[in-house]
Amino acid sequence: MTSLATESEKALDKSRIVNDFSIHVATINGSGSQSSNNVLMRSIFQMGIPVSGKNLFPSNIAGLPTWFTIRVNKNGYIARKKEVDILVAMNPQTAFEDVKSLPAGAVCVSPVELKLDAVRSDVHHYQVPFTELAAQATDQIKLRKLLTNMIYVGVVGELINLDFKEVEIAIARQFDGKQKAIDLNITAVNKGREWAKENIKKADPYAVERLNLTKGKIIIDGNAAAAIGCVFAGVSVVTWYPITPSSSLAESLEEYLEQYRKDKDGKATFAVIQAEDELAAIGMALGAGWAGTRSMTTTSGPGISLMSEFVGLGYFAEIPAVIFDVQRVGPSTGMPTRTAQADLFSAYQLSHGDTKHIVLLPGSVEECYSMAMAAFDLTERFQTPVFVLSDLDIGMNNWMSDPFPYPTKDLDRGKVLNAEQLNKLGEFARYKDVDGDGIPYRTLPGTNSPIAAYFTRGSGHNEKAQYTERPDDYENLMNRLNKKYDTARKYVPKPEITIEKDAKIGLIAFGSSDPAILESRDQLKVANITTSYFRLKALPFTDDLRKFVESHDRIYVVEQNRDAQLRELITMELPEYATKLKSVLHYDGLPIDARFITDAIMAEER
Amino acid sequence: MVESTAAKAPATNRIGLTQADYKGSPSTLCDGCGHDAITSQIIKAAYELALEPHKVAKLSGIGCSSKTPAYFLSRSHGFNAVHGRMPSIATGASAANKELTLMAVSGDGDTASIGLGQFCHLVRRNVPMVYIVENNGVYGLTKGQFSATADIGTKSKGGEVNEFPPIDLCGLALELGCGFVARSFAGDPKQLVALLKSALSHNGTAILDVISPCVTFNNHESSTKSYKRAKETEMPLHEIGYIPFYEQIAADYEPGSTIDVKMHDGSHIVLKKLHQDYDPTDRFQAMTTIYKANQDKQFLTGLLYIDEKKTSLTEMLHTVDKPLASLTQTELRPGKEALNEIMTSLM
Ligand SMILES: Cc1ncc(C[n+]2csc(CCOP(=O)(O)OP(=O)(O)O)c2C)c(N)n1
Ligand code: SF4
Ligand SMILES: [Mg+2]
Repeated sequence: MTSLATESEKALDKSRIVNDFSIHVATINGSGSQSSNNVLMRSIFQMGIPVSGKNLFPSNIAGLPTWFTIRVNKNGYIARKKEVDILVAMNPQTAFEDVKSLPAGAVCVSPVELKLDAVRSDVHHYQVPFTELAAQATDQIKLRKLLTNMIYVGVVGELINLDFKEVEIAIARQFDGKQKAIDLNITAVNKGREWAKENIKKADPYAVERLNLTKGKIIIDGNAAAAIGCVFAGVSVVTWYPITPSSSLAESLEEYLEQYRKDKDGKATFAVIQAEDELAAIGMALGAGWAGTRSMTTTSGPGISLMSEFVGLGYFAEIPAVIFDVQRVGPSTGMPTRTAQADLFSAYQLSHGDTKHIVLLPGSVEECYSMAMAAFDLTERFQTPVFVLSDLDIGMNNWMSDPFPYPTKDLDRGKVLNAEQLNKLGEFARYKDVDGDGIPYRTLPGTNSPIAAYFTRGSGHNEKAQYTERPDDYENLMNRLNKKYDTARKYVPKPEITIEKDAKIGLIAFGSSDPAILESRDQLKVANITTSYFRLKALPFTDDLRKFVESHDRIYVVEQNRDAQLRELITMELPEYATKLKSVLHYDGLPIDARFITDAIMAEER
Repeated sequence: MVESTAAKAPATNRIGLTQADYKGSPSTLCDGCGHDAITSQIIKAAYELALEPHKVAKLSGIGCSSKTPAYFLSRSHGFNAVHGRMPSIATGASAANKELTLMAVSGDGDTASIGLGQFCHLVRRNVPMVYIVENNGVYGLTKGQFSATADIGTKSKGGEVNEFPPIDLCGLALELGCGFVARSFAGDPKQLVALLKSALSHNGTAILDVISPCVTFNNHESSTKSYKRAKETEMPLHEIGYIPFYEQIAADYEPGSTIDVKMHDGSHIVLKKLHQDYDPTDRFQAMTTIYKANQDKQFLTGLLYIDEKKTSLTEMLHTVDKPLASLTQTELRPGKEALNEIMTSLM
């Protein structure tokens, strides 16, 4: 059965690899494998072992190849692992290529009829009669394809010594009380399990063993995490136009709002409007922000492009709105379901004229939650559109996290004058820098005071919001907006900085690269390269950046785009240090992995 | 008409404001521009209806027409948005504060060209607001290019002939299910002010397509949207009277000669028959009347269609009684138990 079956049990025992491997399931999208993969992942998680799952899927509803990778790691490394240790090759279209790309000694679980053992002899083949087993599991022909997915859960589970009690719990959870479905799926798992028990002589080293490292943790994707943040931030108007990978943010937000934001009579403290396009979505969000609610929209790159004009108006007319950009690769055909960090430039300077925006950069699901809240405070405090840039990897993949803490800070609704305050002041100038921080006071439509009203328009306005084309008025406006932006440096989330004593090398990164960087730093340490680490959490930069760059000889800016967008922004900020800055750039549409970073840095440092 | 009983126009209205209180800053449009004539009627309607200025929000896109909200109701908040996208601003503002009376001004370029998509979706959602299109058949602000409402065969000032068919915004609004569709003329102040008041009483999107000649670029002999042509060809469907909810109906009409439409807020519109029978609550008749008028190159004005029973966006959103914009942290942020419940479900 297996090509390496001659190895002695003892040798195998010594070389056992416990709680440190990856499982790569190759299927066809639309085949219903998602539930099986979730069950597999959750069962491992329930055994107390750190785990992460990534869905690498096509922009298609059914029929194209899909891969799901599960990383099991006792050290808590949750970035993508490039090397595949266990392949479950269920997709005949890609099976040959999938098996060819395996490292020697890896495991290949495949349908027996694919005869993959003929392709590679240096991997452990376990060839399973899936069709036969599915026929035994059910006599309903149309269910067999679905159940095949659960059968591989049984086979793999038996192989890696999974606790099947946990599998049953995970199945019950997945099928949410639907007893018939639960029973059927458990039957299928058992079919695979029993077959494996009887027919497989284990020759590979991979296994799981119970740990206690996931107790009290949650599993969630970044979009759901951001949605929860929005609910607790008090968002009231949500506008959106469907686009992967941001749609699930709006959809889970609507679900949470329905559940947690209705009064005792069932009336909503929110409005969700699915717009006709992104131009309308941002327009509605700005209209609502102008009228005084916490408003937001969610989108991805192409939507950001469409929002460009309105965001410029928001910047000049000083109107709050939060824009979630769950980044993906470029235009809409080809790679829209692949991840990237390539909207940094466009979000930072979106629109016409001199514009620059506050951009938050969550690096974990927990930060998707906390930065959603921070974004609403910032947008109202600074009266300007605020971006939250996550990406497909954080947004749509499953991550382990500590439970999110309840917010301790009150909502910051910014400088809004009500009728009473206006009457006491006796005068009001909408765009006047009263406090010297560049942030003016605003009033909301509906404020019952004869001096509350002002006229909102683009660039041509003076302090009193009157129409003007005077050169000095425009210059003053531009300078005040700059001052306001400088004030924001003190309010945005601070970077996370880890200084290693004697480190000559500093790494700078943001967003979803974080888990890969953490793992890479450990790999580099083994090779005697110590590194400090600066994880950027927001634009504008804070003073910490200069200090960090100054105090290291060489800086590697690691990012998931081609044009070194963050490095370019740092160069603009600190031109005198331009020559210190090197790039590690990952842009193939897959989430960045630690080995890639380590190899790139080792190549330079050798 | 309403004020006909009073001997002299009162110096103040029901809430003690003068007509001057409803004015804005001085207009910077060309002398004689139709848009200024419409501004005057907006001021008059708001004054006579005694709108509370702070409860009104003025909205517009970009164009000469879209500048006009600066020229009326200076005590109301205003928003001069981007070209063709005022409807989305209006939708957001309406969702945020359902107590606001939204008064929007757009142009034919702003609405029928760049803004056609947002116009359609606004009407479809039935956002409660008054939406005035100051229609001159050209882009005034960019110096006279044809817009999408320019009639076939009309000539530009430079002699160029328009060969594309016009978009009829009233016909389109009807098609999209609009509950208040009217057409008027900047040179017919009496009809216009009555239609404006009626529109302000409507619960839902009220579309007013007002022919508003551009004296600088589209008022020449060969233009179909000049003052002269409009005056010569205007065919009012009926004489419109508006009786606000706070006044009694003093009916002295001949039976059968009028149609009385009761509005959402208790006001009445009384339509006095002119040449033909016309029932503005009949959508099919409205459609055929519009198509026929276009075919016969007639400039038909008046209340083309009204349906007071349509559900507006506000009702569809099922929000709490207070405006969303007035909610505070206690109402907006769920308690600790809610977060605990969510977290437990994810473990
Ligand atoms: C995105 C964009 N494109 C073009 C323009 C230039 N522009 C300003 S006003 C206008 C046309 C306005 O026409 P209309 O709405 O009919 O108003 P009018 O001036 O005729 O009252 C154009 C094309 C603009 N402001 N923004
Ligand atoms: S250019 Fe035409 S539309 Fe513009 S202000 Fe002058 S007359 Fe009016
Ligand atoms: Mg025009």
